[in-house]
Amino acid sequence: MNDDVVFRAQGLTKVYHMGDVDVHALRGVDLDLRRGELVVLLGPSGSGKSTLLNILGGLDVPSAGHVWYDGHDLTKASERELTRFRRQHVGFVFQFYNLIPSLTARENVAIVTEIAEDPMTPEEALRRVGLEDRMDHFPSQLSGGQQQRIAIARAIAKRPSVLLCDEPTGALDSATGVHVLEAIETINATLGTTTVVITHNADIARMAHRVLYLGDGRIVSEKLNDARTPASELTW
Amino acid sequence: MSALARKALRDLWHLRGQALAIALVIAAGIANLVMAQSTYESLQQTREHFYREYAFADVFASAKRVPQTVSARIAGILGVQTVQTRLMASGTLHLAGFDDPVRAQLLSVPKEGGQPDLNRLYLRAGRLPLADGHHEAVIGEAFANAHGLKPGDAVEATIYGHRQRLDIVGVAISPEYIYQIQPGATFPDYRRFAIVWINERVLESALDMQGAFNSVTLRLRPGIDPAAVIDELDRLLARYGGLGAYAREDQISNHFLNEELRQLQMMAKLFPIIFLSVAAFLLSVVMTRLIDTQRDQVAILKAFGYSAREIGRHFLAIVGAIAATGAVLGIAGGAWLGSLLAGIYQEFYRFPFLDYHLSAVSITTGLVVAIVAAFLGAWRAVVKAVRLPPAEAMRPPAPARFHASLLERAGLIRLLSQPNRMILRNIERRPWKAALSVIGLALACAIMMVGRFQENAINRMIDVQLRVAAHQDISVDFIEATGRAALSELRALPDVRAVEPVRSVAVRLRHANYSYRTGLSGLARDASLRRPVDALLQPITAPDSGVLLTDYLQQRLHVEVGDQLEIDVLQGRQARIEVKVAGFVHEYIGAQAYMDLDAMNRLLGDGDVVSGALLAVDARSDQDLFARLDRRPRIAGFSERRTDIQSFYDTMGESLLVFTFISMLLGGVINFGVVYNSARIALSERGRELASLRVLGFTRGEIGHILLGELFMLVAASIPLGCAAGWALCWIMVRNLQSDLFRVPLVLLPSTFAFAILTMAGSTLVSAMIVRRRIARLDLVAVLKTRE
Repeated sequence: MNDDVVFRAQGLTKVYHMGDVDVHALRGVDLDLRRGELVVLLGPSGSGKSTLLNILGGLDVPSAGHVWYDGHDLTKASERELTRFRRQHVGFVFQFYNLIPSLTARENVAIVTEIAEDPMTPEEALRRVGLEDRMDHFPSQLSGGQQQRIAIARAIAKRPSVLLCDEPTGALDSATGVHVLEAIETINATLGTTTVVITHNADIARMAHRVLYLGDGRIVSEKLNDARTPASELTW
Repeated sequence: MSALARKALRDLWHLRGQALAIALVIAAGIANLVMAQSTYESLQQTREHFYREYAFADVFASAKRVPQTVSARIAGILGVQTVQTRLMASGTLHLAGFDDPVRAQLLSVPKEGGQPDLNRLYLRAGRLPLADGHHEAVIGEAFANAHGLKPGDAVEATIYGHRQRLDIVGVAISPEYIYQIQPGATFPDYRRFAIVWINERVLESALDMQGAFNSVTLRLRPGIDPAAVIDELDRLLARYGGLGAYAREDQISNHFLNEELRQLQMMAKLFPIIFLSVAAFLLSVVMTRLIDTQRDQVAILKAFGYSAREIGRHFLAIVGAIAATGAVLGIAGGAWLGSLLAGIYQEFYRFPFLDYHLSAVSITTGLVVAIVAAFLGAWRAVVKAVRLPPAEAMRPPAPARFHASLLERAGLIRLLSQPNRMILRNIERRPWKAALSVIGLALACAIMMVGRFQENAINRMIDVQLRVAAHQDISVDFIEATGRAALSELRALPDVRAVEPVRSVAVRLRHANYSYRTGLSGLARDASLRRPVDALLQPITAPDSGVLLTDYLQQRLHVEVGDQLEIDVLQGRQARIEVKVAGFVHEYIGAQAYMDLDAMNRLLGDGDVVSGALLAVDARSDQDLFARLDRRPRIAGFSERRTDIQSFYDTMGESLLVFTFISMLLGGVINFGVVYNSARIALSERGRELASLRVLGFTRGEIGHILLGELFMLVAASIPLGCAAGWALCWIMVRNLQSDLFRVPLVLLPSTFAFAILTMAGSTLVSAMIVRRRIARLDLVAVLKTRE
C-alpha cells in the first residue's frame, strides 16, 4: 500500500432495511484518500455521500467490503476500537453543527480536547476559526456561521489525521458558507489534515485537490483540480 | 470541571422542575425509610442499654404468698443467676383536685433502702425510700408528669382498704414499665394509673406479708433457656398460689415494645417501596425523554470518540444527582420526622432517655436505596443512549406511529372531537407509559387513604371493644377471689343500678403443640353489662361446658369449634381442665378465653367465687360512689369505662390528625410528581404540535385541553384503581399489625374514599395550574423554527 494513502476502501456496500424495502445506499465503492489532500465528494442527495462518510469515520459499518485506515481494517474493528479510532484520529463537522446547546463555545471544544491525546487548547482551536472573541457564548447566542466554525474548531482541536465534513455549508447562506470553507481550507493547509468535504454544491468542488462524483451508491467519476480556486473566491 | 460534567449540570438545571418533583418523591420514600430505620435503631439501642444498665429481669412470677425461705430454693434452680423477691399490690391514689379514681400498682423496694437487684429504678428526681421511710414513695414519671407531682409533694393512698399518706421522695422510671398500662385496660392512661414504689416494710404490714413475698423476678445465666426455669419455678410456687411464671417475651411492657419495633420494621419497607417505585418510573420517563431530545448530542459525543461507557456514566450522573438530592432531603426529613416520632415515643414509652441518633447505617441505607432505585428506573433509558448507533442517532427519530384508537375502531368516532381523538390516540400509542402513570397516581391515592384508615380502624376498635361488647360504667377488681356476698354489698350501695359478677384467672391454654398464656374470664349466664360478640357483632354466650376464645386464638392455637382445649389454671388449686371450644369471640384488643361463670367455678373447684364486678350506675353520682368503693378493703381498684374512652381520644386524637396530614402530604407529593412530570414531558414531546395548533388558531384553553385532558383522563382512571390499591395497602398493614395485643380491623368508611378522591382532585388541579402557566408561555415562532 502506498505510504501516502490514509484511507483505502474496497467494494463498500451498505444496505438499509426499511421495513419491507431494502435501500442500497452504497453499491461497491472503491476509494483511496491520500495524506494532506482535500477531497470534495460531490453528489445529489440520496447518492450515498453521508453513508460513505459515516463509514470512513467509524460511525457506521458497511454491509460488505473493507475500509483500511493506516493499514488497519476498520470493518473488523470492535465497537471499542472504533471508539478509540474516532477519539484519536477523526474530526467531524455536520450540516447542522450539532453543538451541545448547554455548553459554551469553549466548552463545546473542551469536551473533545479533554479526551484527546495531544490536543491544542480550546482557545487555540477557536482562534484558528476566528472566534476568539466568542468563546463564552452559548450556541443559542451565535449565528449559524459562527456555530459551524465552532464545530470546525471542535473537530480540529484534537489534531485529527482526517477531517470529515458533511454538508458544512448546507444550512448557511453563501457569504457565511465561504467563511466556513475558508476555515476548512486553512486547517487543511496549515495542519495538513486530510479533509473530506461532502456537498451537493458543485461550486465548492473548485477548492478541492480532487473531486469524486457519487451517484446511486457508486463513484461515477473523478477529477483532479490542476488549479484550485481559493475558498474566498467561491460564490454560489 | 470537565465539559461533560458541565453539560450534566446544565441539563439538570434545565430539568430542574421535573428533577425536583422526582427528588421530592424520592425524598418522601427515603424520609419514611430513614425515619423508621433510625427510630428503630434508636429505640432498640436505648432499650438494650436501659435493660442492661438497670438489670431487667429474664423471668417473672407472682404468687399468693411465698415464705422467704423459698427464695433460696429458687436461687438453686439450674441457670438462675439472681433472684429478687418483692411484694406487689394494687391500690388507689387520691389527689387533691382530681376526682377520678386512680389505680396504683405498688411495688416494694428493699427494706434496707437502696436499689433492688433486678429491675432497678432510674431516678429522674429525688431519691429512693429510706430504710425507715415509712411514708416515703417513689412514683412513676408518667403519672408524676401528668399531675405535675414532684419530690416533696404528698398523695393519699388506699391499700387494701387502709388509707395512708405517701410522701413523694422520688420520681423514677423502670425497665419493667417502659410501656405502662393498667391491668385490664385497653390503652395507657397516665392520669389514672400510677406505678408506686414503697419500702417493703410498709407493704409487708399493709398486706400482712411478714416474712413472705408474692412476686419474684429472676436473672438467668447467659444462654439459659427460660422455659425450663419457668417449669421448675411454677412447680416450686404451685403450693404457694403461684400465678404462672413467664419469660421476658411475655412481659407486657417488653411485648408492646417488640410489637412497636416490628411495626417500625414494616414501615421501613412498605412505604419506601411505594415511593421509590413511583420515583423509578418517573425517572424512566424523564430520562427517556431527555435522551430522545439529545439523540444528536449523544451521536456527536460518540462521533468524537466518547465511549458508550462514558456516555452511560454521563446520564447516570444526572440520575444520580437527582437521587442524591432526594436522598439528602429524605435523610434530613427522615431525621426530623424520626426525632418527632422519638418524641411521641417518649410520651408513650418511659425511657430514661431516648437517645435519638441518625446512624451512619441509616444514612448509608438511605443513600444506597435511593440511588439503586433511581438507577433501576433510569436503566432502560440509559442503555438506549449507550446502544444508540451514532450514525443513526444523527438522523432525527422516525415520527411516532399512531393509529386509530380502540374507541374509534369501535365505531364511536363521531362522538369524539379532534382534540379528544388526539388525547385517546396519544394514550393508546404508549399504553405502558399510560398504565404506569395510572399506577403511580393510584398509589398516591392509596397513600392518602392510609391516614384516615387508621382513624377509621381505631374508632371501630373502640366501638366494638368498649361500646358494643361492654356496657358497664365501672369495673371493680377484688383483692382476691371472694364469695358472692361481696356482690350484694355492692348492690346495696346507693346509685348502683346493677351488679354483675366476673371471675378472671390466669391460665395457659393448650392445644396440640400450641400454648398461650392469658386470662380466662367467667361471666354470668344472663350477663348484660359485658357481652362478648361474634364476628357479626351479635352477643354470644358460652354454653354450660364450653369455652369461647378470642378469634385471634383460633389461628394461634390452631383450634376449631368442637376441639378439646386443655386449660392449665395458673392459680388457686392449679386445676388442669379440658373443655370444648364452643365458639369464637370477635375482639380487636387482647386475646382471652370466656366461660360461663358457674361452669368455670364448678370445673376449677375453688367454690362459688368471683374476682370482680361490673357496675351500672347512675352517672350523676360518681364521686360519692368512688369514695364508697375506695373505702372497701376487699376492692383492689376500679375504673370507669367512660374515662377509658375519653383518655384514649385525648392521647391519640392529635397524633391521628398528624398522621392524616402526613399521608395527605405524601400522597400529594406523588400526585404532583406524576402529574407535573407527565405534563412537562407531554409539553416537550408535543410542543411543536401544540404550537402549530396555536398558529392555526387554537386558543390556549383548547391547547390546555389537549395536553391536560390526557392527564385528567389518567387521573380519573387512577381513582378506582387507587381506591382498590388503598384498600390493599391497608390490608397489608392490617396483616402486618396482627398480634395478640391487638388486631387492626380493615375498616374504610366512604368518607375516607371521598377524602382521598378529593385530595387527588385538588393536587391534580394545583399541578395542572403550574403546567398551564407553561402553556401560556409557549413561544410559537421559536418552536416552529427549531429542528425537532
